[in-house]
Amino acid sequence: MARIDLNEIKHSYKPNPRNDDDFALKRVHTTWDDGGAYALLGPSGCGKTTMLNIISGLLKPSHGQILYDGKDVSSLQPEQRNIAQVFQFPVLYDTMTVYDNLAFPLRNRGVPSRDVDARVRKIADTLELSADLGKRAAGLSADAKQKISLGRGLVRSDVAAILFDEPLTVIDPHLKWELRRKLKEIHNEFGLTMIYVTHDQVEAMTFADKIVIMYEGEIVQTGTPEELFERPEHEFVGYFIGSPGMNFMKCTLDGDFARVNGSAIPLEEGCGVRASRLGTDFKIGIRPMYTGVFATREECGNAPAFEGRVLGVEDQGFCRIVTVQFGGQEIKARVSDSRTVVDGACWVVFPADKTRLFFNERLVG
Amino acid sequence: MNKWENNRAWFLILPVFIIVAFSAVIPLMTVVNYSVQDIFGPGQRFFIGTEWFKEVLSDSRLHEALWRQLLFSGLVLLIEMPLGIAIALMMPKKGWGSSACLVVLALPLLIPWNVIGTIWIIFTRPDIGLFGATINGLGIPFDHTASPIDAWITVMLMEVWHWTPLVALLAYAGLRAIPEAYYQAAKIDGASAWAIFRYIQLPKMRGVLTIALLLRFMDSFLIYAEPFVLTGGGPGNSTTFLSIYLVKVAVGQFDLGPAAAFSLIYFLIVLLFCWLFYQALQAVGTGDK
Amino acid sequence: MGLQLKDVSKFVGQEVHLKDISLHLEPGSRYVVLGRTLAGKTSLLRVMAGLDRPSKGTVVAGGVDVTGVSVRKRNIGMVYQQFINYPSLTIYDNIASPLKIHGVPKAEVDRRVREAASMLHIDHLLDRLPAELSGGQQQRTAIARALVKDVDLLLLDEPLVNLDYKLREELRDELQKIFGQRDSVVVYTTTEPSEALMLGGNVIVMHEGRVLQVGTTTDVYQNPANVKVAQVFSDPPINFIPVSIEENCNRFGEDLCLPPTSEIAALPKGEYTFGIRSNKFSLFDLGEGYFPITGTVGLAEINGSETFIHFMHGNESYVVQEEGVHTRKVGSRIAVYAHPGDFYVFNKAGNLLVAPKHGR
Repeated sequence: MARIDLNEIKHSYKPNPRNDDDFALKRVHTTWDDGGAYALLGPSGCGKTTMLNIISGLLKPSHGQILYDGKDVSSLQPEQRNIAQVFQFPVLYDTMTVYDNLAFPLRNRGVPSRDVDARVRKIADTLELSADLGKRAAGLSADAKQKISLGRGLVRSDVAAILFDEPLTVIDPHLKWELRRKLKEIHNEFGLTMIYVTHDQVEAMTFADKIVIMYEGEIVQTGTPEELFERPEHEFVGYFIGSPGMNFMKCTLDGDFARVNGSAIPLEEGCGVRASRLGTDFKIGIRPMYTGVFATREECGNAPAFEGRVLGVEDQGFCRIVTVQFGGQEIKARVSDSRTVVDGACWVVFPADKTRLFFNERLVG
Repeated sequence: MNKWENNRAWFLILPVFIIVAFSAVIPLMTVVNYSVQDIFGPGQRFFIGTEWFKEVLSDSRLHEALWRQLLFSGLVLLIEMPLGIAIALMMPKKGWGSSACLVVLALPLLIPWNVIGTIWIIFTRPDIGLFGATINGLGIPFDHTASPIDAWITVMLMEVWHWTPLVALLAYAGLRAIPEAYYQAAKIDGASAWAIFRYIQLPKMRGVLTIALLLRFMDSFLIYAEPFVLTGGGPGNSTTFLSIYLVKVAVGQFDLGPAAAFSLIYFLIVLLFCWLFYQALQAVGTGDK
Repeated sequence: MGLQLKDVSKFVGQEVHLKDISLHLEPGSRYVVLGRTLAGKTSLLRVMAGLDRPSKGTVVAGGVDVTGVSVRKRNIGMVYQQFINYPSLTIYDNIASPLKIHGVPKAEVDRRVREAASMLHIDHLLDRLPAELSGGQQQRTAIARALVKDVDLLLLDEPLVNLDYKLREELRDELQKIFGQRDSVVVYTTTEPSEALMLGGNVIVMHEGRVLQVGTTTDVYQNPANVKVAQVFSDPPINFIPVSIEENCNRFGEDLCLPPTSEIAALPKGEYTFGIRSNKFSLFDLGEGYFPITGTVGLAEINGSETFIHFMHGNESYVVQEEGVHTRKVGSRIAVYAHPGDFYVFNKAGNLLVAPKHGR
């Protein structure tokens, strides 16, 4: 259980960094609360693994400090920091049994063997590994191995935070569900701070209470999955979260309407007027889920509707993704799988309360 | 038609086949031929079946040479394997330091073997040799031409100096293949350096070390040039290893029959050990996922 | 040129990698091989390519038996999971390599390389080395190299699995367009059901070396031939409920007894397995015909715009997928609504008897 503060952290792998590009982490300044489940989400190269290694102590930040519960731990080694880390591929001691693997961190710290036994059995029970305790770790399946890696972290009663570096990479899709559920259960039961690094938004959204989106070495937005979904503060968040990502269209402002290629799309009340002071480089963004596609004008109801053309429909089992030609570009809409959509002319609806306005890539309304 | 179209590949290997046939297979057959005949001179040969084999196998000097050989190979492995691994562990992993170490390590492996024998003769001479003179100067009598113990020490030192680099290089390659994440996880688990060695490095080097073991055993069992140049097999018989004894019998006494029989037995012993090691390597390979 | 596999099996020592596989692949069509790891997908691709020889059976390409023919003589392109490119050649040379080997004239090579590069949006990177590119760009190079020849058979072995989520989405979109333009047989393997659905075309479901079902993707998804196919081809996992069909009702455990639909009524009495996809469970009573199943909430996962709730009913655990954000406390009672028409019915042997009507 630890509150983690990152104070003005910057990191460069080069000994003499000269400009921004030399920094893997440009500026990180944030606080993470005790006992929370966080996800660090971002594309490859955004700096999330660097960040994780700084938190765990495997890397010392070239600038700035990191504090655990107010104490500066920037120079402390990982084993002094009461953290545990689970890596992308299972890291095990092949020659040992599952029991010995789990007992290893405790034995290294000189815990008496009776306590070791009690603790190992408890954790094995939580992870549903009790039946495998006597087996050689090397012979088990990938998900069992990852559970053992996780168990080695949980087994230490002094552990304050568990860090995960894309741990489900080698796991089959149908087992990912079980492991994710297990991680959530463990979080609820032990109340540890858990930080999960991934590029997979589904993993991040289902696991974390708060998600930190990173892009090119900086934190772009921190928020709950809902906040990131409904109010992305940066175009990148709109694009990165959601499958498919947000539809963006260049527009000009006209009172409380955004004009895209002539069509006047309604915005939320007052937002257009407020934003017009800022300049002229605007875009509107709307998520495919909220983009309505209908065959006839009547089905659109009272909402302003615009003409478009359906270019294609993909069946994804539980929903359908419709590619629509509108305002000179292609946008996507997501509809329920019980609706049939045909190619050809259609009507598109953009609900005003779901249409967001962006200026210079940042959310303004 | 179910034919693989790899026929062209056979033509490419044909030259090698021919060379190996001439330089190995045919001479081997000749040796088998000699081993079952008594040869007095050209044209005077008698087939005597397994006589030579019986005689060779009951030769007490052969038994002594065999024991000496096994002791030698055993000591070699006991010293070279741990030493090679230790060197590999101490070598830097990156940067110019690692390249420099690799070059220095490789030097002994590049020297012709009889030259090595010569180097060590001079090195250990009590009068002008650096090592020999220093030791004698300290008051410890050391003369590898006179004392069997000193001769053994010299031969062992020479052998270890010559071949430990091979073990070190192989172990180094094995170490480099271990992903960084294992060391990170061990750090987090609070493992000591010894625990890291025992539970991560050694198991992950298993395959490579088995190869090193196999190579070193075979080479040391067949050793000839270096000890022959150094001590000639002496003083007395104290450093007469199997191959040296074999050459004495074949060339010195010109007893082609028993020498041929002996060679075959030698060959079969080495083959047996190789097969055992190969089986061990297979078992290690499958367990090492 | 189509591809046919007749009774292909592959054994390695005691292990069965492929068993009795017979497939007929039409030119110009797309086939996604879906299965878990070690199902035999890679072995199948290797046999199709000619990299491996099947222990039994024949491979026929365009009417010609090519079972023993080495891969060099076959006209195929292959893309691997690990972005495999010649590390010392520039991107241009990498893409050009198959053409140069076949002695295509320089002007033609240049034209085709630039065409393939622009199709995959790497035309501005032609004089770089693979090591200087990102993962996504390296994989695009590998794909361009496979496409630059006019191949009869294009094989892709989980090509996007080592890429970022978003990159995967984008490349998948592009790949769909690219596949649509070609005449070759395209075979793409994956472990993810959602990828199979997104790529469309046809799907070949594999499990433990056998082919369980082949058909158009939507068809196989809506009518899985048996329990195994339903399990492999669902994400989130499909919910299975053991049901015994009795005189006038379907009995779900001890407490639930429901009047059957017309199809189910036609089935003989006995033990069955009912399956229902998580998005067909609803947190709300949607009206006529919907009946509740009660359970205890195990976990609620929120995915931005959807919620997955895991709950226990009796000893079984189930998942319900609902649009929007809904929070439920762990341990609370929950009523989940289902319509009998949304159930798949499998018999004791695991084979499909009744499937929900499309458009429900």
